[in-house]
Amino acid sequence: MDIGLPPAVVTALTFVILGLLVWVLLTRTVLGRGFSVPLRNMLRGNETAQYPEKPRPVAPRFHGRHQLNRYADGLEKCIGCELCAWACPADAIYVQGADNTVEARYSPGERYAEDYQINYNRCILCGLCIEACPTRALTMTHDYEFSADQRSKLVWTKEQLLAEVPPGGEDTPHTDREVRQRGLNYYGGLAVTPPTLHGGRYKPAATAPAAKAGDIVPTGQLPEPDELPPDPATVGGPTRPEPGRDR
Amino acid sequence: MSDDVTFTIDGQEITAPKGTLIIRAAEQLGIIVPRFCDHPLLDPVGACRQCMVEIEGMPKPMMACTTTVMPDKAVKTHLTSELARKGQEGTLEFLLVNHPLDCPMCDKGGECPLQDQALAHGSNASRFIDQKRRYDKPVAVSSQILLDRERCVLCARCTRFSDQISGDPFIELFERGALEQVAIYEDEPYESYFSGNVIQICPVGALTSTSYRFKSRPFDVVTTPSVCDHCSAGCTLTVQSRRGEIQRQLARTNMAVNEAWNCDKGRFGFGHVTAANRITEPKVRDGDDLVTATWTEVLRRMRAAIGAATEAGPGRVAVLTGSRLADEDAYATSKYARTVLATDDIDHRTRFAPAGEREELAAVVGRDSATYADVERAEVIVVVGLDPEEEVPILHLRLRKAWRNRKARIVVVGPHLGTLADLAWRHVATEPGAEAAGLEALDGRDADGVAAEVAEALREATAPVVLVGERAGAGALTTAASLAETTAGSFAYVPRRAGTRGAIDAGLAAGLLPGGRRLDDADDRAALEEHWGELPAEPGRDLHAILTDAAAGKIDVLHLIGVDPVRDAPSTDLARAALAKVTTVIVQDLARTDTVQGFADIVLPVAARQERAGTATNWEGRRQRFSRAIDGPDLVQEDWEILVQVAAILGKDLGFSDLEALRAEVERVGRRDAAHPFPSFPSVPSDETDGDADDQDDDRLTVVARPLLLDHGTMLTNVPDLMATARPATVVINPTDADRHDIGAGDQVELTGANGTLTLPAQLATDVVPGTVLIPTNSTDEPSGVLADRDGDLRVTLSKVAADAPVEEVA
Ligand code: SF4
Ligand code: SF4
Ligand code: SF4
Ligand code: SF4
Ligand code: FES
Repeated sequence: MDIGLPPAVVTALTFVILGLLVWVLLTRTVLGRGFSVPLRNMLRGNETAQYPEKPRPVAPRFHGRHQLNRYADGLEKCIGCELCAWACPADAIYVQGADNTVEARYSPGERYAEDYQINYNRCILCGLCIEACPTRALTMTHDYEFSADQRSKLVWTKEQLLAEVPPGGEDTPHTDREVRQRGLNYYGGLAVTPPTLHGGRYKPAATAPAAKAGDIVPTGQLPEPDELPPDPATVGGPTRPEPGRDR
Repeated sequence: MSDDVTFTIDGQEITAPKGTLIIRAAEQLGIIVPRFCDHPLLDPVGACRQCMVEIEGMPKPMMACTTTVMPDKAVKTHLTSELARKGQEGTLEFLLVNHPLDCPMCDKGGECPLQDQALAHGSNASRFIDQKRRYDKPVAVSSQILLDRERCVLCARCTRFSDQISGDPFIELFERGALEQVAIYEDEPYESYFSGNVIQICPVGALTSTSYRFKSRPFDVVTTPSVCDHCSAGCTLTVQSRRGEIQRQLARTNMAVNEAWNCDKGRFGFGHVTAANRITEPKVRDGDDLVTATWTEVLRRMRAAIGAATEAGPGRVAVLTGSRLADEDAYATSKYARTVLATDDIDHRTRFAPAGEREELAAVVGRDSATYADVERAEVIVVVGLDPEEEVPILHLRLRKAWRNRKARIVVVGPHLGTLADLAWRHVATEPGAEAAGLEALDGRDADGVAAEVAEALREATAPVVLVGERAGAGALTTAASLAETTAGSFAYVPRRAGTRGAIDAGLAAGLLPGGRRLDDADDRAALEEHWGELPAEPGRDLHAILTDAAAGKIDVLHLIGVDPVRDAPSTDLARAALAKVTTVIVQDLARTDTVQGFADIVLPVAARQERAGTATNWEGRRQRFSRAIDGPDLVQEDWEILVQVAAILGKDLGFSDLEALRAEVERVGRRDAAHPFPSFPSVPSDETDGDADDQDDDRLTVVARPLLLDHGTMLTNVPDLMATARPATVVINPTDADRHDIGAGDQVELTGANGTLTLPAQLATDVVPGTVLIPTNSTDEPSGVLADRDGDLRVTLSKVAADAPVEEVA
């Protein structure tokens, strides 16, 4: 066939027309659009993630399993307030509060979590609990590898959730004496009252005689006051009513 | 009409009686003015300044809780007045200046009026950036109450409560200005039976409970309405549980009964439910031990024991019940004894009843009783053989309310004044057991002295009330009823424990049938036989006769339902002898009591009040339902359920197998149409108790054993904080007797009775009639019954323990 064009042009034109046809076929027809996917992928390289040998980093704000944090000296941040349990829409958290005592202090202030459990059968990793936590005791890690083959293993206990003791710190419980000597202001700030160290300053009833006003700081359970370094935060001091006044 | 005032609040018109507080009037319109110190049951004080409202024509905002309504004024609350709103916001900001940020660890968090109002009416940000005031904390106000002074908003609710309501003003506000604080007096412990109420009314977490401290959160508990199981006051309570464990109990507002209060025994006394000595499984005796058995086995053994006894002849089985039973249990027990065991040998009492009491109780059941409202309105109240604060504390509060608000004259008839000493107007002193004679004198016919004065007051008073307790002697109920009738007043029988009134209604006493019927009355018998079938022919034996016959070997099987004769019976010696002699002792109870340990052959575990639903009748005869708050131990059953099964294994049918059917049957059986008349007593000789001439000159003193609220009862175990506030056990002696025996206050005194001795510190009181001493029934290692002879006669000789070795041991 001679249409009066140089053969090179004819060849070029033929390719263009054929190319157009293939393009129309692959992008404008149903069948062609279908075939284009494997075709495209045949041209790509391998993309297999080498999990679990090489886990890939997650997004910075990823909601992984929880952790109960500690202060630098090892005291627990959690005060056992149950606010996380209240916030949880899945009812996945169980907290039991208890009293810190002079001899066994787990957290600043009067209260600590005697028991703390998160049930990962229920948890939907929504993060509402960590929003609720007033002390930033509860945060979420990037760890998502905690599936298990038994439901009971999905209930994480306080020991499992507690963060490692920071270097230089000590595991709980501490004594009041040690904590006071360290003199840390755990919560910081001025308008925020630093947590008191006076938790447990009353005697269990089983041993206590009837309390009197003179017993504002019951004796017996506590070390003698002068043995203890003062609590830097107390400004009011114990004021004792004088006997017979204002009666 | 002229006493009504019309005015407007936020533009809405309202008419209220003159003298109404604005805050109360606003409530009727549904407008809630924020408040801390205001409490409807306490006198207004205006301490917290939170309730500001703007009143037309007044230059400054006024306190809605102390200002009474004024005609034609326009009152504007925070809803319509910017002045009021800003005022309230300012007050809150001041309150929060020194309030610690304790919410997460404060027990009030989640139910705290300060939290709620700061959110609703406060500003979003605080301008306060300085260090807050700090105190040492917490202070133990008593073993049950902890005070965090920095949280206090100085509303004076707690101090007003202890001053105005309970009358134990040991807690007060001290100091002034920023250091003003709640405290207790140096030398007087805050030992009130009502102290728990201050925890509940404190609008912040300044007063918290030792036993509930940090245990749970108000949003994390299951709340169930209940009725207290301790005394016959019948307080409505709220039981809060978490994960199947009771965390705390609170008073539930019920203006007709306990208003907004209850006593500490009801509030804190639930430890017995989980105590170590709780019976959780059926047990049978194997030598000295009790070993666990199945329900099938214990039921089989019961069949064998009861079967053998019935074959051996009539009168060889008897039933004793205590007074912890719910009404349903009482009814089932009554029917079980009469129809299944075919015996009338049954008694709910733990005292040896005076003659004629059965007829008196039948007459009481049929009549309308005085109520709390009657007590509150009365001008004269006669209290006979009863110490309300120790026995029925809420009644004590009501007496106090009448005394305080209406200047009611309280007359005590009996051998001592007890805790009514501060309130009593006159004391008609009588020998123990001779209360009826004392009452008889009050009709004024030939009275003189105190009796004449009281008679005069009774004549003038409208609707006086006569309250008769369990310790009043023979004929007291009858005399009280006739006194109430002649003075156009009302009377009530006020037993101590929660189940007693229900037990009487159900007929848990020999000769007494449900609904105020009597076994010796042909019509009553016929009426009941329609429902129950054949009844025993003759009225049976009471506690004294049952124990005496058992000790003589005439009874083979004793079925004890919620009673511990070793500690509860008036004569410990007789109780022990009886239990030792009986072949089979069946005990159906909550705890391993002395009876269970020492004598029980078959032990049946039962559900506690909080573990089941039921009905309770209080001293007024008011019936109140309670619901199941927690699940009990797996193997416990309700008392009535057990009896249904025992009946079945004996081949009988009680006629019901669920609570609804049981209640329907109680309804059908109902009560007698017209009440039986009170029996007539031979006019009580007033110059003689039961003493013969030879008693006069011997040196023995009559003992009145009366219970203290917090004693060694089985339902007060496992509550150390509560028991630390128990009043000490003492022997109370009249100074003349004390002089005669050379005893001074505080000396250790040995009391020697017919069968044993007790040593107690002496307390001297002039209100105790000479020749009589008071001791607590069950507040010592050995109960008061060890002193009694087998007729329950309690007379002792006193001797001072020499101030040598034993006293030093005590100190
Ligand atoms: S992440 Fe969400 S679901 Fe999980 S425990 Fe926290 S609040 Fe509950
Ligand atoms: S983790 Fe935080 S919110 Fe939860 S109990 Fe502890 S302190 Fe409270
Ligand atoms: S302790 Fe509570 S009830 Fe008492 S004054 Fe303070 S805030 Fe009021
Ligand atoms: S007054 Fe009686 S009924 Fe009320 S709480 Fe106390 S013990 Fe219970
Ligand atoms: S509520 Fe009126 S001043 Fe406190």
